[in-house]
Amino acid sequence: MGNINWRTILRLGLLGSVVALYFSMIGMVEDFSNRNLIGDLLNLGHVLLYAGIAGGALFAAREHSESNTVGRGLIGLATGALGALLPSGLVLLSSAINMRTVFVNVNPALSNIITFGRGVPTGLLLFVLASAVVGLITALFTVLPETWRGPVGKSFGIVIISAVFSDLVRQVLTNIIGSGMVRSLYVGDAYRPLVAAVLFVGLIALFFWLDRRAKQSNETTAIPQTDAKARQAKNRRNIALFLGWGVFLLIAPWILGSFLSQVLFEIGRFVLLGLGLNIVVGYAGLLDLGYVAFFAFGAYTMGILTTTTAINPAPGVFTFWTALPIVVLVGVVFGLLLGFPVLRMRGDYLAIVTLGFGEIIRILALSDWLAPIMGGAQGILKIPNPVFFGLELNSPELMYYLVLAGSLLAAFISIRLRDSRLGRQWMAMREDEDVAEAMGINLVQTKLLAFAIGAGFSALGGAIFAARLSTIFPHSFNLLISINALSLIIVGGLGSIPGVIVGAIALVGLPELLREFQEYRLLMYGILLIVMMLLRPEGFIPAEVFKRELHSDEDTGGPPAVEAQV
Amino acid sequence: MQKFIPKRLSGVDLFLRLFQIAAVALILIAIFNTASEARYTASQWATLLFAGLAQGSIYALIALGYTLVYGILLMINFAHGEVYMAGAFSTVFLAAYFARTGFLNEQPWLAILIMILFAAAISTIVAVLLERIAYRPLRNAPRLIPLITAIGASFALQYTFRGLYGAEFRAYPEVAILRGNMNLFGFQVPVVQPFVFITALLLMGALYWYVERTKAGKAMRAVSEDKDVAKLMGVDIDKVIVTTFMLGGALAGAAGVFNGLFRPQGVFFLMGFFPGIKAFTAAVLGGIGNIPGAMIGGLLLGVIEALGPNLILEGLGIPSANQLKDAIAFIVLVMILIFRPQGIFGERLAEKKA
Repeated sequence: MGNINWRTILRLGLLGSVVALYFSMIGMVEDFSNRNLIGDLLNLGHVLLYAGIAGGALFAAREHSESNTVGRGLIGLATGALGALLPSGLVLLSSAINMRTVFVNVNPALSNIITFGRGVPTGLLLFVLASAVVGLITALFTVLPETWRGPVGKSFGIVIISAVFSDLVRQVLTNIIGSGMVRSLYVGDAYRPLVAAVLFVGLIALFFWLDRRAKQSNETTAIPQTDAKARQAKNRRNIALFLGWGVFLLIAPWILGSFLSQVLFEIGRFVLLGLGLNIVVGYAGLLDLGYVAFFAFGAYTMGILTTTTAINPAPGVFTFWTALPIVVLVGVVFGLLLGFPVLRMRGDYLAIVTLGFGEIIRILALSDWLAPIMGGAQGILKIPNPVFFGLELNSPELMYYLVLAGSLLAAFISIRLRDSRLGRQWMAMREDEDVAEAMGINLVQTKLLAFAIGAGFSALGGAIFAARLSTIFPHSFNLLISINALSLIIVGGLGSIPGVIVGAIALVGLPELLREFQEYRLLMYGILLIVMMLLRPEGFIPAEVFKRELHSDEDTGGPPAVEAQV
Repeated sequence: MQKFIPKRLSGVDLFLRLFQIAAVALILIAIFNTASEARYTASQWATLLFAGLAQGSIYALIALGYTLVYGILLMINFAHGEVYMAGAFSTVFLAAYFARTGFLNEQPWLAILIMILFAAAISTIVAVLLERIAYRPLRNAPRLIPLITAIGASFALQYTFRGLYGAEFRAYPEVAILRGNMNLFGFQVPVVQPFVFITALLLMGALYWYVERTKAGKAMRAVSEDKDVAKLMGVDIDKVIVTTFMLGGALAGAAGVFNGLFRPQGVFFLMGFFPGIKAFTAAVLGGIGNIPGAMIGGLLLGVIEALGPNLILEGLGIPSANQLKDAIAFIVLVMILIFRPQGIFGERLAEKKA
């Protein structure tokens, strides 16, 4: 253990410390500390406070891969203790002077959380000790043999994540095993400590066993299966998976209850938006930040046509269903209109101009000038719910089916478009406009079609949104909707349809489930976008094209390449 | 230029030309209407004009940040509005402290100078961190990627400062010597407006001197001409880029203090969005990448925005035209990008794109 790199330890320890200080000062530690994860032993605030410290220790221990167990333990201990430096400093400073007039979140409650409620001298020592122990544990984790590290890491992750989303887990468990059993597993929102421990150990055993089995089956099936057989098995598995998902999607609202159906509705709404934007950004490569404008057009058209406002050309004639084609048509027309002036723009200019369009529409909707049409700041009220063969779709469970149908339709159209001539033209344009044009692609037509079809999807989403809420305000159509839609297709993977769904679940669904999260949602979006672009710019589920580009040397044996069809 | 436009797009050209003529005609009709109705007196127009110039000089200071970064990296620093917010929002506490201790009214010039330096320092730190964390690792990535990081950074910064300082509006304290009106060319003008305008001009002059007359400025210009050749000539590219972000940040911070002194509404964590977009518009208006262009563009945009609602929108018979003030900047932006994307002084950009 002679060659310990103290500079690394100092750097990583301080980096962890900065992260801990950051989460403390912006108030996340305090706000999240109300959320117990495991009894009252561990809460979400603790996780945030020690996450940076543990991360620093983990990397410090990894940097010293040649050190032995004791060496790495000491390194972890030192890095962890160093990580406690800045939060401790904050506690000392805030006990000396009142910092709350400037930093609203640096208050006694925060000091209490950091010092375990024991006050300055003893509590701070405890905090340093705890940080050192956290550092020690994470450092020792790196010493574990390969076969243990995977299962332990995964199990720890699952316990924490399932505790964070205990609302969802409990709801599902209640429907399966009954509320009495569930109550015996949880105390408040948190796991009982014993339950968490059993779960942790059980999961480790499970993963260990799974790994062993996978390894054994690898050894026994050294002779490769024939291609046809393998493909058949894969097909069968895919069909089973598909049917499973189909059944789940159909019965989901009745398992999950009203609140979670509302969440599903939100996810569906953004899947619809994301699929439309995916055509514009993912396929055609046109960065559109004013996408919300078409969503607003859809919602307002639906509102105007189905209510009895003064400018409705035929009050009482249109129902949701008869208005729907008109709404989509209006969306497409506006997509063409707004697409036309920006035909010549590329990249960042296009982004800013479309952002400008979105804001202009919102400002116009708010103004007194257009108030006779769009209702001004009051918006449009009393938009009727859709009626489906005599059944009024007035609950989240029923509206879910509407948005599900819309999303499935949009997904189907997206897939067919992607594999069509037009889809290939879009992708060629995305890769290089000049070359695409030289190849004989009509850029004007191709771009306008991308804008128009994307706008149509968005307008459909807006119409469903208006019918669900019954009331629309200009404030519902702010830049954040565009940003949300953009973030989710990027996080999911540009140009990838499963990516849109995963992105919508991750960015729209999960934050809905974490009530404590709401206030920090946009902060997390921002950080996620940066981290995603730095580490995995192709997204969670990258589109085939990007995947192949990135792993061109590996033979995936997947579906026939797109190029082959061109 | 003209011969590079493909024949196939001629329909589009025709449409854009018609659109251009219609827009110009509409503006002329509106101005004629307003002028013939004589709804406002000369002194009312002067009031709007001076307010517009002061606001415009704030836009110009922020726009310089966009233009400097664009000149060097050919990238739009979407989060620059947040750099401005960081300085303005942080300094409000210092200003309140100065007001409480009485320093602000005993030594007003010194106090304001310290406030400007403090805001510039905070904004500089934020700008440098932004470059280090969000942009530097992506310098060779496709152009879409840093733009998305910039959007992310924008949100991260907004909500970080919300977490730090809270979500409420906080107003800058009033400075006694900047209160009241003064007589300028026979018109009554609030003292703060010429103050902001002149100080901003001084800062812009200092920047211009730095870029045109110092060695570091020469390095900046070299990098903006050609990065690879500049590197071969021994210019430290990373250092130049950091300097660029620092300069842009410092000017944005100063703009934040001016905004605080100038507008009584106060500052809060979302304050950077609209000025950011408008300053970007100003930079595009003057020709992005062009330093004098950003200054003129900023002043021009401030004036257009101040006069526009009354001069043009009311001339078209639009009620409560001031509600649409924010839309004017966007309309200007869209119009320039459609009709003259290189801006007023944009020869350099046209060269670069060709």
